[in-house]
Amino acid sequence: MTIVKHELRQGKTALLIWTAAIAFLLMICIFLYPEMRGEMDEVGDLFSSMGGFTAAFGMDRLNFGTLIGYYSVECGNILGLGGAFFASLAGVSILAKEEKEKTAEFLLTHPVSRARVVTEKLAALAIQITAMNLILLALSLLSIQLIGERLPLKEVLLLHGAFYLLQLELAGICFGLSAFLRRGSVGIGIGLAAMMYFLNLIANLTDQARFLKYLTPFGYCEGADILEKGRLNTGFCLTGILFACAGIAAAYWQYVRKDIA
Amino acid sequence: MNAIQTEDLTKYYGKTRGIDHIHLTVRQGDFFGFIGPNGAGKSTTIRTLLGLIRPDHGTAQIFGRDAVRQRAEILARVGYLPAEVSFYPGMRVRDILKLSAGLRGRDCRKTSGRLCERLQLDTSRRAEELSFGNRKKVAIVCALQHDPDLLLFDEPTSGLDPLMQKEFFEILRERNKAGATIFLSSHILSEIQHHCTCAAMIKNGTLIAEGSVAGLLGTKTRRVSIRGTVDCSSLPGVKDLHRTPESTDFLYSGSQKDLLRTLLRGDVWDITITEPDLEEVFLHYYEREDL
Repeated sequence: MTIVKHELRQGKTALLIWTAAIAFLLMICIFLYPEMRGEMDEVGDLFSSMGGFTAAFGMDRLNFGTLIGYYSVECGNILGLGGAFFASLAGVSILAKEEKEKTAEFLLTHPVSRARVVTEKLAALAIQITAMNLILLALSLLSIQLIGERLPLKEVLLLHGAFYLLQLELAGICFGLSAFLRRGSVGIGIGLAAMMYFLNLIANLTDQARFLKYLTPFGYCEGADILEKGRLNTGFCLTGILFACAGIAAAYWQYVRKDIA
Repeated sequence: MNAIQTEDLTKYYGKTRGIDHIHLTVRQGDFFGFIGPNGAGKSTTIRTLLGLIRPDHGTAQIFGRDAVRQRAEILARVGYLPAEVSFYPGMRVRDILKLSAGLRGRDCRKTSGRLCERLQLDTSRRAEELSFGNRKKVAIVCALQHDPDLLLFDEPTSGLDPLMQKEFFEILRERNKAGATIFLSSHILSEIQHHCTCAAMIKNGTLIAEGSVAGLLGTKTRRVSIRGTVDCSSLPGVKDLHRTPESTDFLYSGSQKDLLRTLLRGDVWDITITEPDLEEVFLHYYEREDL
């Protein structure tokens, strides 16, 4: 538990800043909704007639006239991208930073097995992501209450659940990469998250690219699909969980063998 | 059982040599000096002993346990001071000491308090505000506060002022008397000479000499450099003789009187007589003859 506590303390500032930034943008979006609703009919027409762009964001199938339709695109992008960046960054640096900042010699010359280091760091990562998502969910629900909208609880929970899973998946993959890296981890984390995001946009554009939805966690976070079906796509989710597990397994495999620079 | 025992220990970083077939034995209770120039493989050896890196070949045992497979058991009994000290950003000294004790599952406050007092370390400061020497002190306390049986110190005195060095070696001597084995690396001859009972010399990744310090350094060997013309080749005790028409340079372990008499017979403009560096002693008086 010592390493978990230590990691949480070390990561506290970053977690607070990311959570505050995402929460701020999320809440602004929600508070803007009452004003936007009046114009939504027009905007909706506009949004649904932008061809490929419309399809890329799934806006051809969403009703902007409802809060949840609006929320799933606007807030989905904020929570989706923001959460993905945070989870990737946290995951990709949590093991690699020890060598980058030369603290590995300190940590790993204590009588703690490498496997325990990996386990405790993984636990700290999961705790941070979970804490962030709980705070964001609570603030989101509260904001919806504050603007006096009916609470589409099931849909909001499904959306947030999907993004939570997305963050865990990206964190898991990045955690695996982290065990192999010594430097430059930040760029790889951001790059991976951004690449996943764009893969989903491409997958939305054409049916030939639809298989990409299996690769990117944004595939199962598509607001239009979730609201239409009322559930997450099991196939995409399971593939995602598989990727995350592979990342975590790779982290254990590599870190117990690794020469510490 | 030996404190440290390595057999054929070999580590290459890609094609670059780290250490090559190191056979090293450190008995329990030894105050052992590990000498070598920069890049000779001192740190690689120590890091392999700690299980930070895996040997390509050969084995390392500490207190009879394998450095790769029984890492955690070994580390519970070892205190390590790295050559370059780095800590987590934003942490205060006392939090670092507490973290280190926590990772060992021990409460070390009593010992750490005493050590901080002796080393004059302010535990309320943040580690990154500290000077290099003071950061080193934090690492020294981390390495000593759990009363380890083996101290592995990599160039421990760099950055410490002379008073602190004195206090530091005083602490080491006390620990050694109390039964702890001490293994420290250094490239400073006098440090090893004054404090260690045994020593090994490493060069280009290979051990070139090993033995008791008294035995290794107890000679009156001097390096003599002369400008002028004098023939010293027949003088007993001359080694490693280099001559040019205007200068003569050699290691000398014979009688001082004989040397002075010989010098008087020649034409000497300038002369320097210095203690040879350790490497020369090892190379010319021990490796080639005794070992």
